[in-house]
Amino acid sequence: MSDTVKLRIRRSATDDFDEFTIPVQKWTTILECILYAKYKIDHSIAVRYSCRQATCGSCGMKINGKPSLACFTKVSEIDGDTITVEPMANFPVIRDLAVKFDRLFKNHRDIIPYMNNDPPDSSRMHLQSPEELDRFIQFANCIKCGLCNSACPTMATDTSFTGPQALAQAYRYVADSRDKDKDKRLRIIDDSHGIWRCHFAGSCSQVCPKGVDPAMGIQLLRGYMLGLND
Amino acid sequence: MDSKKNNREGIGGMANPGRYGIERVAYWLMRLSGLGLLVYFIAHIYETSSILRGEVGWNELMAMTDTPEFHIVLIIVIGMCVFHTVNGIRVMLGHGGIGVGRPTRPDYPYEPASQNMRHKITIYSAIVLAAVAMIYGSTVLFGV
Repeated sequence: MSDTVKLRIRRSATDDFDEFTIPVQKWTTILECILYAKYKIDHSIAVRYSCRQATCGSCGMKINGKPSLACFTKVSEIDGDTITVEPMANFPVIRDLAVKFDRLFKNHRDIIPYMNNDPPDSSRMHLQSPEELDRFIQFANCIKCGLCNSACPTMATDTSFTGPQALAQAYRYVADSRDKDKDKRLRIIDDSHGIWRCHFAGSCSQVCPKGVDPAMGIQLLRGYMLGLND
Repeated sequence: MDSKKNNREGIGGMANPGRYGIERVAYWLMRLSGLGLLVYFIAHIYETSSILRGEVGWNELMAMTDTPEFHIVLIIVIGMCVFHTVNGIRVMLGHGGIGVGRPTRPDYPYEPASQNMRHKITIYSAIVLAAVAMIYGSTVLFGV
């Protein structure tokens, strides 16, 4: 591996790429490369980040054409010495690499992303077996980074599509044995721009940095709505 | 304009099959073959409706379509039909939540269960079967 890489950042002001030469080591992440360029070369680069450990979901962007978390992608994982970073597709750009999440959060809120149940009495919480927990715990790992929505081919063309993030979260709550809002939630996603618009390309699952597998959740939910699985 | 403002990838992004593996290629081929078959069915209805002009009209159209160029189109239609059928069965089962795996507690490195080997094998099988059907079709149509 070379001691330096060429970092190409898409700038919103010029709608073109600026190039920077960044010194790297094999453990250097793409986010560290961007921050090096920001701190030492060009302070005007706009990038959103926070935790640096794939927990907050802030630094999603297209890295060499594929949606990824910048903090979770090492330079050593990239083929070649040129790294091209762009804002996530299917999200309006605020500036440079920072994008608006309004639509993702709206769609997430719309599917009622919380459990609705009567309050448990003080001696007995809402009980759940390990098997019941296993039915949805994978989908509770979602960090709302938006990579799945960026990779989705339907999101690329349909401005009203609910998106894989929200649909997978709908499954997460529908599959929760404690929840009582299943029918309400299913009515919301039972729409021509809802769950039926997913065509199972599976790109959402391939880019998910937390192993959520939204494509599986969506198909299982659709199977449940069609009465093919429980 | 709206697409630009929303940074939407549009048809180009939807059609780009290179970044997400064979499943995205299958998605793209499914759309392409679906549109191709739709065009073929419309043309086929027009072709068969020529019978309304009697035997002369029918023979005229048959003579027009009995050319190497039209045979090549038919061979492509055979390929599209076979791929669309085989991959369509895979997608229909997947849409019903069949064969997409069961939820689990994922461990790094994450391998999506919905993109399992059965799906990959089915996609490659659909492509191979389409190729075999096209070869058979060309031997029949060109009499090789």
